[in-house]
Amino acid sequence: MTTQMFGAPIRRKEDPRLVTGGGKFLDDLGRGALAAAFVRSPHAHAKIVDIDVTDALDVDGLVAIYTHEDLPGRVGEPLPLLIPHPTLTHGRTQHALAKDEVNHVGEPVVMVVARDRYLAEDACARIRVDYEALPPVVGIEAARAADLLVHDDVPGNIAAHMLQEVGDVEAALANAPHVLELDLAIERSACMPMEGKGVYARWDADREELRIYSSTQTSTGVRAAVAAKLGMPLAKVECIAPDVGGGFGVKINHPWPEEVLVPWVAKTLGVEVKWVEDRREHFISSAHERGQLQQVRVGFDDDGRLLGLDVKFWHDNGAYTPYGIIVPIITSTQLLGPYKPGTYRCEFWSLYTNTVLVTPYRGAGRPQGCFAMERTMDAIADELGLDRAEVRSRNFIQPSEMPFDHGLLFQDGRPLKYDSGDFPASLDKLKALVGWDDFAEYRDRARVEGRKVGLGIGCYVEGTGVGPYEGGHIQIETSGRVNVSTGLTSQGQGHETAFAQVVAQELGVPIEDVFVTTGDTRRMPYAVGTFASRAAVMSGNAIALAARNVRAKALRIAADALEVAADDLEIVDGIIRVKGAPDTQMSLGTVSVMSNPLRYAFDEAAKAATQFAGSNDPDKPPVADDDEPGLEGRDFYSPTQATFANGMHAAIVETDPVTAEINILRYCVIHDCGTMINPMIVEGQVHGGVAQGVGGALYERMVYDESGQLLNASFMDFLMPYASEIPHIETDHLETPSPLNPLGIKGAGEAGCIPVSAVIASAISDAEGFAITSMPISPVELWELRQRHASGEISSLRGRAPYPSEPSDPTTTRT
Amino acid sequence: MSEPVAEELLDVTVTVNDVPRHARVPARRLLSDFLRHDLGLTGTHVGCEHGVCGACTVLVDGAPMRACLMFAVSAQAHAVTTIEGLGTIEAMGPVQQAFTECHGLQCGFCTPGFVTTITAFLEDNPEPTQDEAREAISGNLCRCTGYQNIVKSVLRAAEIKAERS
Repeated sequence: MTTQMFGAPIRRKEDPRLVTGGGKFLDDLGRGALAAAFVRSPHAHAKIVDIDVTDALDVDGLVAIYTHEDLPGRVGEPLPLLIPHPTLTHGRTQHALAKDEVNHVGEPVVMVVARDRYLAEDACARIRVDYEALPPVVGIEAARAADLLVHDDVPGNIAAHMLQEVGDVEAALANAPHVLELDLAIERSACMPMEGKGVYARWDADREELRIYSSTQTSTGVRAAVAAKLGMPLAKVECIAPDVGGGFGVKINHPWPEEVLVPWVAKTLGVEVKWVEDRREHFISSAHERGQLQQVRVGFDDDGRLLGLDVKFWHDNGAYTPYGIIVPIITSTQLLGPYKPGTYRCEFWSLYTNTVLVTPYRGAGRPQGCFAMERTMDAIADELGLDRAEVRSRNFIQPSEMPFDHGLLFQDGRPLKYDSGDFPASLDKLKALVGWDDFAEYRDRARVEGRKVGLGIGCYVEGTGVGPYEGGHIQIETSGRVNVSTGLTSQGQGHETAFAQVVAQELGVPIEDVFVTTGDTRRMPYAVGTFASRAAVMSGNAIALAARNVRAKALRIAADALEVAADDLEIVDGIIRVKGAPDTQMSLGTVSVMSNPLRYAFDEAAKAATQFAGSNDPDKPPVADDDEPGLEGRDFYSPTQATFANGMHAAIVETDPVTAEINILRYCVIHDCGTMINPMIVEGQVHGGVAQGVGGALYERMVYDESGQLLNASFMDFLMPYASEIPHIETDHLETPSPLNPLGIKGAGEAGCIPVSAVIASAISDAEGFAITSMPISPVELWELRQRHASGEISSLRGRAPYPSEPSDPTTTRT
Repeated sequence: MSEPVAEELLDVTVTVNDVPRHARVPARRLLSDFLRHDLGLTGTHVGCEHGVCGACTVLVDGAPMRACLMFAVSAQAHAVTTIEGLGTIEAMGPVQQAFTECHGLQCGFCTPGFVTTITAFLEDNPEPTQDEAREAISGNLCRCTGYQNIVKSVLRAAEIKAERS
């Protein structure tokens, strides 16, 4: 009997090559290709007056220098605005090389191509660009004030203004027994994959074809974008995403300027050209996310039940909007989490600033929204003196109310309708895991010892698996090797393994025989990409459907050859056999031969197939009228709407009474992504997400000065957590299968990071006795908040026993 | 406009994975670029180019070093071990095998730097505690795994090493 593959925590197929140095990341390809480097703007906002390249011409090994003036036709036009939206009234995108004006530090101005990167950078250093500096707009408050404009023709710096409302919120708030108002801010952070972006292009002059390798989350998108920009037929452009060293969102935008320019130069010069981003380039010219100022007005009854929720927020979209306003749209819908808001209104403004543009970063607007909602839940609990978990529980959508339609439009333009979930069961599991009901006692004991500890909680619902579609193709070779391809890409999520598990299960073949290709437009030209926790849902189901097609075809051919009914056959370990009479059998490899009338006896499978050849009717064509040669199957999966995964986190945090150092003592996660293909991989996704969440809660922020310089554009200064900063993560799972797709799965990629800032803020508030309303938070900031709290500027949480008084002498040592 | 001036090249001989390798390189050529681009050993990855992330860590005379902070010419007459020298798919080293058993990697970009770092660490401390394992990897950045499974991999690698000896 074939071992159960779907749902098993099996080891990853991709690991042996990756741990032995056999990975093929972008810069591992194209040895000997010419190298590109860029002169980038040192100013946040400036007009380009003159570009003098004379001195650069002396550099040995220089091949070419390009400015905007050199770019022909569509290459020189602004990059596309990928996702227009009716409320995005003032979308703006950059040029591949800046034309006349730059709008953030790091914007590419000149491209240099040379024999290697050292020489290309030498040439860049010798190029003089004269700028007329303009005053920049830095930060949301400056953008909102609009004393200065990023783009002269965009009034108020407002790229988009959007309002959604369900019910009469003003009336609900007016009649609510309790109303609270809160300001809740999150700062900018960034994806920071360990591998930066990169693109390598080869022009085949004989075939007039372009091959592009890009460290991208969407090879089909890059292919189409480059073909359009270069005015080439799609059939003459192919794009491959090799091993990709992490994405987390930043590699979904397409095309990046370099993804247009490098292929264009390769085609123009007929050479191989490669550009590999260095870390400083990644900081100042890729993308960031998260920066939002948020205001909540909430009305609730004496039991803590929501009656009305009114949210306004201001989103910093940076200098351009190539990816539209996906991030704030997600915030505006997903902040509702597992709760029924009573009535709901959300209004946001997406604002231009002279800083790096914004694309979705893991969680994509949800961490901000979750922070707003969960801090609100804590505030309600505090206002009424109720248990924080109990207030959440009273507002939960109940399992009996699923599917639950919020009456809003989600990011995909479809209704925000939750498909499944059991929030009370998840909360019970979380409380048991973290010891919720016993915590007060623990805190009291700690308090006696002079320690400050707090417990925090955060809940979220995550729309995953958005459409429109993905495809799967399966082809079985005569050896029994099963080739699987899907068009979306992989950036470390283990797709080779998870998709192989699906195929092994559906087809009844050993997983060792299954080989998965992702992100190669030659193998599957129709695809969207890997983002929004969609890969397992979309390609997983597409591949399952394709496998079912192949299986049906294999059984049909075998049934004919074995002269039995297809229903009487099963496939076990790659062998088709008669149920109950396993000696009557043939291998899938043999069926592969039989499905293709070209039956030269190249191999053993072909020889074996000849014994079944007699059943063919010589009066009919070798391939049936309604069939195709080859043991192949293809199918696509298109959902009617997104699936909705959910989860709840709790953490115990200790804050040092003297130094205000923040230490996470325990971190607990309950996670529900429906049916799991590989629990080991799901758990790994949760671990990684929590770690990024901890980074966002305590360490990571983009520090811009007033002139728009990013002051911490290096790993020395942008504090990504090491192992020493990340706690051990305790996890438990709940599986509420999605009714929307054949496999019952929901996405799991982003979940881990969504509630972390909310959870840590909740725990610090609990430890300190005053509310934390802005994240990330450093020990210095916490220390300052303590001073403001001590002076009465910040009010205490209600219903809380006062803490022992602070040591008056900061040098006092705790005993 | 003056004539372009070619950069002076220096001879360098380094023993890499037990094989003497020779090249003519500019003095400023980084060891990481020498390994990757001159020798074609692309397993050593470059994540930050300023010595913080650890992805480019190789062993120089057995000690972990940031290949992006060393010049190729500085490795003259030294023995360098890269990820390619620590095992193959067919015969993985203990740390490599542990990573595959414990789901110690996701995208795999930072993995070679972790494997080299941990290999050296286990030479000094063959029976680490969990805290020591976590401390040992705290100079390398990983953006995918959340580190928990890498800690587990360190402990498992110690077991495998003991089993094999």
